[in-house]
Amino acid sequence: MTADTDATGENSGELMVDVRGVHKNFGTLEVLRGVDLQVRTGEVTVVLGPSGSGKSTLLRSINHLEKLNRGYVSIDGELIGYRRSGSKLHELKEREVLKQRLHIGFVFQNFNLFPHLTVVENIIEAPVSALRRPRRAAVDQAARLLERVGLADKADAYPRQLSGGQQQRVAIARALALEPKVLLFDEPTSALDPELVGEVLDVIKDLARSGTTMIVVTHEIGFAREVADTVVFMDDGLVVEQGPPAEVLDRPRHERTKAFLSKVL
Amino acid sequence: MDTATGTPAGTPPVPPSAAPPTPVPAQASAPAGVRTGVLTSTEDLAALKVVPARHHWRWVAGAAALVVVAQFVHGLVTNPGWDWDTFFLYLSTDTVLKAVWVTLQLTAYGTVLGFALGVVLAFMRLSRSAILQTVAWTYIWAFRSIPLIVQLLFWFNLAYLYQELGVGVPFGPVLWSFDTMNLVGAMSAAVIGLALHQAAYAAEIVRGGIISVDGGQLEAAAALGIPRPRQLRRILLPQAMRGILPNAANEVISLFKGTSIVSVMAIGELFYQVQVIYGRNGRVVPLLMVATAWYILLTTLLSIAQYYVERHFARGAERTPPPTPLQRARSFTRRMRAAAATGGFPR
Repeated sequence: MTADTDATGENSGELMVDVRGVHKNFGTLEVLRGVDLQVRTGEVTVVLGPSGSGKSTLLRSINHLEKLNRGYVSIDGELIGYRRSGSKLHELKEREVLKQRLHIGFVFQNFNLFPHLTVVENIIEAPVSALRRPRRAAVDQAARLLERVGLADKADAYPRQLSGGQQQRVAIARALALEPKVLLFDEPTSALDPELVGEVLDVIKDLARSGTTMIVVTHEIGFAREVADTVVFMDDGLVVEQGPPAEVLDRPRHERTKAFLSKVL
Repeated sequence: MDTATGTPAGTPPVPPSAAPPTPVPAQASAPAGVRTGVLTSTEDLAALKVVPARHHWRWVAGAAALVVVAQFVHGLVTNPGWDWDTFFLYLSTDTVLKAVWVTLQLTAYGTVLGFALGVVLAFMRLSRSAILQTVAWTYIWAFRSIPLIVQLLFWFNLAYLYQELGVGVPFGPVLWSFDTMNLVGAMSAAVIGLALHQAAYAAEIVRGGIISVDGGQLEAAAALGIPRPRQLRRILLPQAMRGILPNAANEVISLFKGTSIVSVMAIGELFYQVQVIYGRNGRVVPLLMVATAWYILLTTLLSIAQYYVERHFARGAERTPPPTPLQRARSFTRRMRAAAATGGFPR
């Protein structure tokens, strides 16, 4: 295990996200039962699977919103949630984990925008308070990001004055403001009306084309086919199969993948 | 006003409840105005005058209520027992004003210290440390269990228990010491008592506000790497304030009136002073009315302040902020004037 840790950052270079043997229990319920996942820089990985298969928990484990019971996660060669010294792993304090999370953007299913702050205040909050960026510069950057997600005119609106699709696009801009190394999307379109799904997926596609490293948990098979470099199918806390979309989606090898796809396609 | 004619310039108002959104096809061909009560087309309806439903019994009930109110006011004015001359004589004398000031001070100290300690206790109860949780829980349990008046008398008699108070190393040598009698006078005893009592209730109110904030908010803040103190101050507390404020205002107002309880310690607050005066001149009722008038006036001011503070913390919570009373009054007079012009009350 330690040999792998060393290899992660230095030898492969391109490896951005490395998930090894991750286990997570909630009480007696085993949600993740030994998950491995590797994502290379600039790659888009789409995670599919039935409800309760552990997709969201995996994503939350990657940025340490969930503590792991076993296994480890590293981003760009840096172990998340722990510090290695000699043969020991020291659990990091909340303050240090918060610093690590600055490199990991997270977009929630239900947006979780701060309702009492305007759109621009939502976006600049983390850059100003955590990165100590000057307010002026943060506001300029927020304006550019809002332009990019097509909401340049909504800077001073409050989140509740926006549609679901607009809120999610603000949430994406907020995550991008920290210039993260990897972006994690936890079912970004599941809380949206069908007609609003497209505008959010378009923004994510645009990010994919610009070479952002992303892991997207979703039920949008069409999106997976179009954008994913790798499709990962999870069931019952394990990765059942993974590969290019053409393989996993069109010629699935496992019965469980076939059964799932036959229901959603 | 152009509404007086019932057909102002521009589009005539279509009563939303009377007009169907689309013409009814089956009846659209019927000639207009042939039979009453039959819908013909939207054009015909738009030209009709709307007669609002009359609520006669509502007016009867309203009149009856007004009679009762009039009787009460009449009693207040004519009954010599109220002795309004004495009331106005004492309402703003120096003694009473000074007493009002003491009452306000007690309220302010009790509120500020009580809520400061209350916030600390609330976070202790929500902390992951079992020790802090238990200590906070026990404090709240104890101070909610002891009647305020008993507690105040304990503090008033502190010198009986501890002749000297000192600062030093716990269980070790004392560095500075003070005579309890001099340090804790009646006023400080009252402030300590009120603040400690208030803190127990404030803690639960603040905790209630905090746990009412959606957990996703702190999760999002954590995912963005926002430092923990900033998460609490900038993300959590402003949202918790919406839940905290109505209850906190209740507490402040009840503390304000509750200060009258410290009259047992012979502190010259409003109620004590009024008692002293009527003890001398025997005019009990008008002097009680003096105190009542001040309590009502200041509670009114607190309620108004509450409204605007709540409005401030409601930003972003609704698509459009609720109107201020002034805006509401303006829109009311506008509606009444329009009603007077069209000869009917607005629906």
